[in-house]
Amino acid sequence: MKSFKNHLSLVIALLSILFSLQVFTIVERAIDAYKENLAKNYALVVVAQKRVDVDKLLEKSELIASINEISPDSIITKLNSGISKQNIALLKVTLPKFYKVKLKRYPSPNELEKLTKLLLRSQSIEKVEAFSKTHDTTYKLLLLFKTVISVFAFTVIIVTILLIFKELRIWQFKHNERMSIMGLFGAPVWLRSAVLFRLAIVDAVIASILSFVIFSYLSSLSWIEEQFSNIGISIVLFDKIYDFLIMLGVSIVVSMLLATFIVLGHKEEV
Amino acid sequence: MDKVIIAENLSLAYSNDETIINKANFSIDSGSFVFITGASGSGKSTLLKSLYGALKPIEGSLVVGGVELRGVSSSKLNFLRKHLGIVFQDYKLVKEWTIEKNIMLPLIINGYEKTVTQNQVDSLLKHVKLRHQAGKYPLELSGGEQQRVAMARALAHNPILILADEPTGNLDDYSSQLIWNLLEGANEQLKTTIIVVTHHIPETMKVDYKHYHIEFGDIREVI
Repeated sequence: MKSFKNHLSLVIALLSILFSLQVFTIVERAIDAYKENLAKNYALVVVAQKRVDVDKLLEKSELIASINEISPDSIITKLNSGISKQNIALLKVTLPKFYKVKLKRYPSPNELEKLTKLLLRSQSIEKVEAFSKTHDTTYKLLLLFKTVISVFAFTVIIVTILLIFKELRIWQFKHNERMSIMGLFGAPVWLRSAVLFRLAIVDAVIASILSFVIFSYLSSLSWIEEQFSNIGISIVLFDKIYDFLIMLGVSIVVSMLLATFIVLGHKEEV
Repeated sequence: MDKVIIAENLSLAYSNDETIINKANFSIDSGSFVFITGASGSGKSTLLKSLYGALKPIEGSLVVGGVELRGVSSSKLNFLRKHLGIVFQDYKLVKEWTIEKNIMLPLIINGYEKTVTQNQVDSLLKHVKLRHQAGKYPLELSGGEQQRVAMARALAHNPILILADEPTGNLDDYSSQLIWNLLEGANEQLKTTIIVVTHHIPETMKVDYKHYHIEFGDIREVI
């Protein structure tokens, strides 16, 4: 029971750090997936007086995925009531050329503005419709969501670090006596601190395993998967190898830092 | 005869306060049994602390086991302490360790093999009459028993020098006699140098000993 209590406080603190970190990762992945979806359904419309050199335009920006000419047939069909075939043929020649520019990813408002200017520099291009108002709103909404989650995760991490520092004082008090006694018998620093570092590593491993269990369970819940598919995205909530290794790394680094602070702050009794 | 301790113009003080030991000169032969006496607050424990490097000299020179302690590096100090056996007035046992593990401490630090360590601990537990208590924790033992554990720990690695700070201060006659017997045995059989800080020299001493007295910051041999 005593041993369990020894571990509990640091394990809980580490758990909350890992939890915040994973929630932040999930939000990042969700936003990236949502952006990818938006990019798939998003395109700029370019209006040109004459046919443009598509390959040249593609070379101009890495952001452009493809440029396809929009057939004028649908526009003409709407207008063709009472128009002779000859006039329709003439209309087809005189109508400006419309192009649909698909992008590789969802751009930021800045990138979009730069791309619009770049396209307009081409002599034949007269107008670029970027639907920037809708784009900006969606992009800003995503940014806001990401910021809120980041602030939340950051706050939790700060509070947890404060908790860890409190725990540090308790540890310092608890281990100081043993470390002093060992020092009086000539134990080198690494040996005096060995118990502390072992405890820190054990706690880090326990916290990582607990997080692994929690997130494995959460990622298996169909309800959560449903929520994501409702907004049209599918993401890996918890990568059992990659995410676990990140968690293990973070918790080991945090707990080792804690142990190092204690060792550095240790003063021999006189 | 080799000198295990040489002090020249040794001055000791806690954080630049009043000097407790003032320009003392003395030396202690290897293999001798030494008592240091003095009134309360005279500086007996302070002197002992300086001998294991817990208090550095503010002036002069103090050489213990060939190591100059003024400005000593932590690695050299660890090296020296590995060869010392220290008995503290307040025992300084690790509370969360069994008494068996407490006795093992200097053996672990000195890198003894497991089997050697276990044999040595068993033998010492027998000597201090605590074999049946091996698995207990310090706080489960009486003061006398704890001091016997501390004594066993000090003897475990056959140190060159044992420093004991009032080792029988608050003990019953049985425990006190046991401790004096162990110290005398180590001195006689293993030629270990023993330095004991005490208020009273026991009348039952069988070995030859030297007596130093501290007064007004000075250390003088009592002949």
